[in-house]
Amino acid sequence: MRALARTITLVERRDPSVRDLEEALRSDASTPGVAGFTGAPGTGKSTLVDAVVTHLRGKEKSVAVLATDPNSPFTGGAILGDRIRMQRHALDGKVFIRSMGARGHLGGLSLATREAIRLLGAFGFDEVILETVGVGQSELEVAAVADTTVVVLTPNLGDSVQMIKAGILEIADVFVVNKSDLDGHARVAAELRAMMNLAPKRVWKPPIIATVATRQEGIEQLWSAVVAHRSHLEASGRAKELTEQRLRDETAEVAAELARRRARQALEDDPTLAERLLQDGTPYRTAEEILKRDANR
Amino acid sequence: MSATAVRPVRIVVAKVGLDGHDRGVKVVARALRDAGYEVIYTGLRQTPEMVVDAALQEDAQVIGLSIHSGAHMTLFPAVVEELKRRQATDIVVFGGGIIPDDDIATLKKRGVAEIFTPGTPLQEIVDWLRMRFPESTQK
Repeated sequence: MRALARTITLVERRDPSVRDLEEALRSDASTPGVAGFTGAPGTGKSTLVDAVVTHLRGKEKSVAVLATDPNSPFTGGAILGDRIRMQRHALDGKVFIRSMGARGHLGGLSLATREAIRLLGAFGFDEVILETVGVGQSELEVAAVADTTVVVLTPNLGDSVQMIKAGILEIADVFVVNKSDLDGHARVAAELRAMMNLAPKRVWKPPIIATVATRQEGIEQLWSAVVAHRSHLEASGRAKELTEQRLRDETAEVAAELARRRARQALEDDPTLAERLLQDGTPYRTAEEILKRDANR
Repeated sequence: MSATAVRPVRIVVAKVGLDGHDRGVKVVARALRDAGYEVIYTGLRQTPEMVVDAALQEDAQVIGLSIHSGAHMTLFPAVVEELKRRQATDIVVFGGGIIPDDDIATLKKRGVAEIFTPGTPLQEIVDWLRMRFPESTQK
């Protein structure tokens, strides 16, 4: 378990040694199912994820949770508190929980997350759950990685309207109205339905599931919806499309990362080049020169 | 290593034992966050096994324990013992709470790296961590 935890650190840190993982993991083609949970702070995402983990453990599935919280843009520090709600699974060897700072890595969250998912697959996890706060930092990156994106809302939360405005509607494959024991849950569902009717028609119509995560209510229906969406992806050929698209995206991201690394190195190793850059103020020309130079090597 | 991002030091912070006084631990967690550390807070009523398990999964370099129930002589060494059992003695354990001076000496002998008592300036805790992990240049 510590080996897994340490390797995820390397992946997060964008250590150059992660390159060697690619070859090592290629034979372990078992890709876990990936569901992403996002929503405004306080909607009960962690509690919901905890309930889903309980549900999956009841079906003898092993589950890994990657929970992302924002980092301070000023100090890089973070308080990662998603574990608090999941501590009842603490000593279950088939549950692995890892907290990630959203801004802790250079290459972007999605790159690190994708590699972490591959690792978790190689370590035999059946399901991976991504959890992220929908505050405009990281939920879109998570949607780019997850097969199914679950957007969590609650009654009486002004933020839910804000989320719809911010375009979270488009990334949802499943809507959850959590805390559905509170007044106003029917209105949230009605508003959602109205919003969806205004949106362009899609082949997959996101279902709206009512849950009370603290009482494990609606969790089975929620998971059935995730599984149904997964089958839809497979049946419609969208799953294959997504896989191909993501491999292309990932390659572009890795290329950018490698180029960035080379450029920094070149400017460090070549004082003449760095000096000229500072004098002339020509980042484009310098970048092109560095890339050309490396290609000829 | 300038081409790679330096990852913040990760600290698992936990309340062990049965008391529910988490004001102190939250204040410390916040101070550590502001100092650029990634703090993973695991909440109240944690057993030593749970704390160590979380630290391993999170690949944390440090465990910070808080206690106000008086059971520190049992629970702090139990965390150190659990780290030994899991072959993870590289993880540094420090603690805080209402702890008598005599006990502090004993706890340090038993593998707790440092103890901070009420009234400790937060900066002192940060300075101590900076000293223990100088290579992690925090921004």
